[in-house]
Amino acid sequence: MITCAEAVRQLWDYLDGIVDESQRELVEEHLSFCRRCCGELEFAEELRRFLATHAEDDLPPTVRARLTATLDELGQT
Amino acid sequence: MRDGAYPDSERASVDRFRALAERELPHLYAIARRFVGNDAEDVVQECLLRAYRNFSQLEHEQAGGKWLTSILVNCCRDHWRARGRRVEVVELDEADEFSLFRKIADEDPFPYSDSVHLDFLHQFGSEDVRAVLASLPELYRVPLVLVHMAGYHVKEVAFMFDVPLGTMLARLHRGRKLFERELWSYAEQNGLLKEGARR
Repeated sequence: MITCAEAVRQLWDYLDGIVDESQRELVEEHLSFCRRCCGELEFAEELRRFLATHAEDDLPPTVRARLTATLDELGQT
Repeated sequence: MRDGAYPDSERASVDRFRALAERELPHLYAIARRFVGNDAEDVVQECLLRAYRNFSQLEHEQAGGKWLTSILVNCCRDHWRARGRRVEVVELDEADEFSLFRKIADEDPFPYSDSVHLDFLHQFGSEDVRAVLASLPELYRVPLVLVHMAGYHVKEVAFMFDVPLGTMLARLHRGRKLFERELWSYAEQNGLLKEGARR
């Protein structure tokens, strides 16, 4: 059995699939009876999606133009 | 050598490099913005120069995106070194135990909402997220961005930085916790916890 604090500490690693088998079983056992940690898990998933959603910036046209000009020069050297 | 003076094989290589670089430009720029802020364009340009010089070392072109990102990360590290940035290590403290989930539940910033946790996240636009990330020490921001925004596996990031996997996992964990804590602080400081602030 693990505590909520121990389960929460491992939730992201659990989601990333980088906990070992015994840790995974302990986390899943804890989640099977702890509603609050299930909420933590769902929120960790939301945070992962949130980060991925904000991963890209628009490349400003002026910056793209200057970087493309760099590629033009490289192609001619 | 001027355009047209290349042998066909070299011309084809130059064209392949260009196609790869143009395809990856938005991705490289997005990562660079999160690592070096307003110096992103300079760092991406340096990355293109280095990559072009070493393009023959790329064995599998389907790995070209990650290859370019690795070069970009090295350019960012050189950029930090050139500016004498010290690596800021955050001591083990309450950040490791911080839970944004619990904080939102306890503080209940949107008391009339049935989805208070999602509502909290929906307050943040891309500029806000960039500002929160920028407030994190590089040591923790870099793995967070590479794993959760650029799609790297944490093992690849550990290899890239030549540190043991356990070390990188610890940095990533702390990065996530610091990110959660800074999201809350940013929301407090920028009035995102008011009902009227919803976007």
